[in-house]
Amino acid sequence: MNDQTAMNSYRNQPDEEGRFGIHGGRFVAETLMPLILNVEKAWKESLTDQAFLDELNYYRKHYIGRPSALYFAERLTAHFGGAKLYMKRDELNHTGAHKINNVLGQALLAKRMGKTKIIAETGAGQHGVASATACALFDMECEVFMGAEDVERQKPNVDRMRLLGAKVHPVTSGTGTLKDAMNEALRYWVSNAESHFYIIGTAAGPHPYPAMVRDFQSIIGIEAREQILEAEGKLPDALVACIGGGSNALGLFHPFLDDESVAIYGVEAAGKGIETGDHAASLTGGVPGVLHGNRTYLLQDEDGQIKDAYSISAGLDYPGIGPEHAWLHETGRVKYVSATDEGALEYFRLCSRLEGIIPALEPSHALAFIGTMIGDMDKDQVVLMNMCGRGDKDLGAVLPILEKQGLL
Amino acid sequence: MRIAAAFEQAKAEDRAALGIFITAGDPDLETSKEILMGLPHQGVDFVELGMPFSDPMADGPSIQAASLRALKAGTKLRHVLEMAAEFRAAHPNVPLILMGYYNPIYIYGVDRFLDEAVSAGVDGLIMVDLPPEEDEELCLPARQAGLDFIRLITPTTDDARMPVVLANSSGFVYYVSITGITGTRSASADSIADAMARIRSFSALPAVVGFGIKTPEQVREAAMHADGVVVGSAVVDQLAASLDQDGRASASTVSATLALAKALAEGRHRQA
Ligand SMILES: Cc1ncc(COP(=O)(O)O)c(C=O)c1O
Repeated sequence: MNDQTAMNSYRNQPDEEGRFGIHGGRFVAETLMPLILNVEKAWKESLTDQAFLDELNYYRKHYIGRPSALYFAERLTAHFGGAKLYMKRDELNHTGAHKINNVLGQALLAKRMGKTKIIAETGAGQHGVASATACALFDMECEVFMGAEDVERQKPNVDRMRLLGAKVHPVTSGTGTLKDAMNEALRYWVSNAESHFYIIGTAAGPHPYPAMVRDFQSIIGIEAREQILEAEGKLPDALVACIGGGSNALGLFHPFLDDESVAIYGVEAAGKGIETGDHAASLTGGVPGVLHGNRTYLLQDEDGQIKDAYSISAGLDYPGIGPEHAWLHETGRVKYVSATDEGALEYFRLCSRLEGIIPALEPSHALAFIGTMIGDMDKDQVVLMNMCGRGDKDLGAVLPILEKQGLL
Repeated sequence: MRIAAAFEQAKAEDRAALGIFITAGDPDLETSKEILMGLPHQGVDFVELGMPFSDPMADGPSIQAASLRALKAGTKLRHVLEMAAEFRAAHPNVPLILMGYYNPIYIYGVDRFLDEAVSAGVDGLIMVDLPPEEDEELCLPARQAGLDFIRLITPTTDDARMPVVLANSSGFVYYVSITGITGTRSASADSIADAMARIRSFSALPAVVGFGIKTPEQVREAAMHADGVVVGSAVVDQLAASLDQDGRASASTVSATLALAKALAEGRHRQA
């Protein structure tokens, strides 16, 4: 690729060292270095291996159920009274979220590398369930690391993983959430380096994971681009997706990054409000640092100690963000905004009542942001959001709150 | 200089050099300073002083807990550097190596950190999460500033990769004797012997073994093959066992920790 294209496109990151601007990289212990170099090599080879791509496409179609629908949310659109709202229905995927898109890709890669043991970390449990599912399908062993607090918050997913044959390790170190689960998964990988493949669940971690996960998730945006052109005869005016580590968002955004007319919004979790300090908005409230194999924006104190993130949504409760988002933030191509617990809860209910779609708490954050801006847009404009997961897993956490507010 | 001299002296005495790891500020600054100051008097040849980090990804439960105790006690990177300076004033010849993770240094500022570390009399750095692929971050600036950058070699480092890892290494080569995190399992003497031979075929630097070595007997076994031996988690465990119910230092914390260091130092001698 020559310098000209490099400067004129947002779509050709990272460089050979896995850098997105200053972000990304490979900040891992030496024990893991040979492994991630192997993963990178296998992944690059797979990109031109037609048999691999055919197999991936086969499972996408017949197992995940892709392409997922693009749905015009008519009643929410009427409710907002502004631009038309479309939803990319990745909550209809097998296992109920976008996570399976990435897991199938990585599991097939593991298979190609001759690995039969899988490690995964999980927050909301969606990535854990997707990993357990792929392991059942491909006859692999599955070890899932999940923060002890999340094991409580997302019990239905823990039960699903167990039924699927995975071993769930509750992690009690730190605050027992996603960051600690990732630490523990990395420790387990260091200890079982030769035999295991680590399927990271978001577009973060050491190179090549951020780019690889993005590419496996980009099927979302590739389909959405075609579908919206068919439905509306034009590109959308805005894209919106929620951000934990950033994989569903990048999956939607990446194929549109060079379409200048498309405004792009990533929605971080503002928890109880950015000003309270209890949030998970790494770009809004963090500074660049190095954790979990990459440089990116992190919630941390002035001495470089990582702070605990907070969000009602277990899937967004992470003090970092994928390095490509850090770069897209600095270049200004994507605008990063936030939505609170309260906003997410409101739209969790509203979307259920108006569309008959129970969204996961994560995309409820995207809806909450949309609620603040779509009403001011023109009626012939189009907003496309990623409905990246369904909310069944969240009923245990949400219903008591709605009940208390008398909203059921 | 101090690092090379310490290994030469050990060699002249036909023994291995013993390194002890403790976490700065564990369980509090005063106590850990007392332990640090006392280590050379037990026969310890060099010290690895851990810089506490909230997310120590390559460490097992013992050193994770030590890090958290130190952070809870308010330990900051500048305190670690102050401790290093005090150690240097008291022990002009004993090598002191700072060990930890990159983020606190990155946030402190690499140049400022290197300036202050050099002024404090630090000899070298071991950075768990900075492989050779990231040498421009800290390794090259540290070497430029006159600090050694000590690299970990692991069982997963194959012959093709060995020269890559050793390229900008200095001081000594630290062999992680297990595929794993600190303080979990122990390596066999045979595997250590093989690894030392392999490292020596690639590098003239002293070859040191660590991770999973806990007892004076294991030190002695490793000392048969290595130029140096490091013990960390076992020392941290001894310290932890002496704490009171609230995790605070007790009257025996310093003495119990130093007593183990002394016993371990006996193992440096290759004959019993
Ligand atoms: C439904 C759903 N959406 C979003 C996320 C956040 O992850 P990411 O930002 O990588 O899409 C999760 C994570 O568990 C999730 O389950």
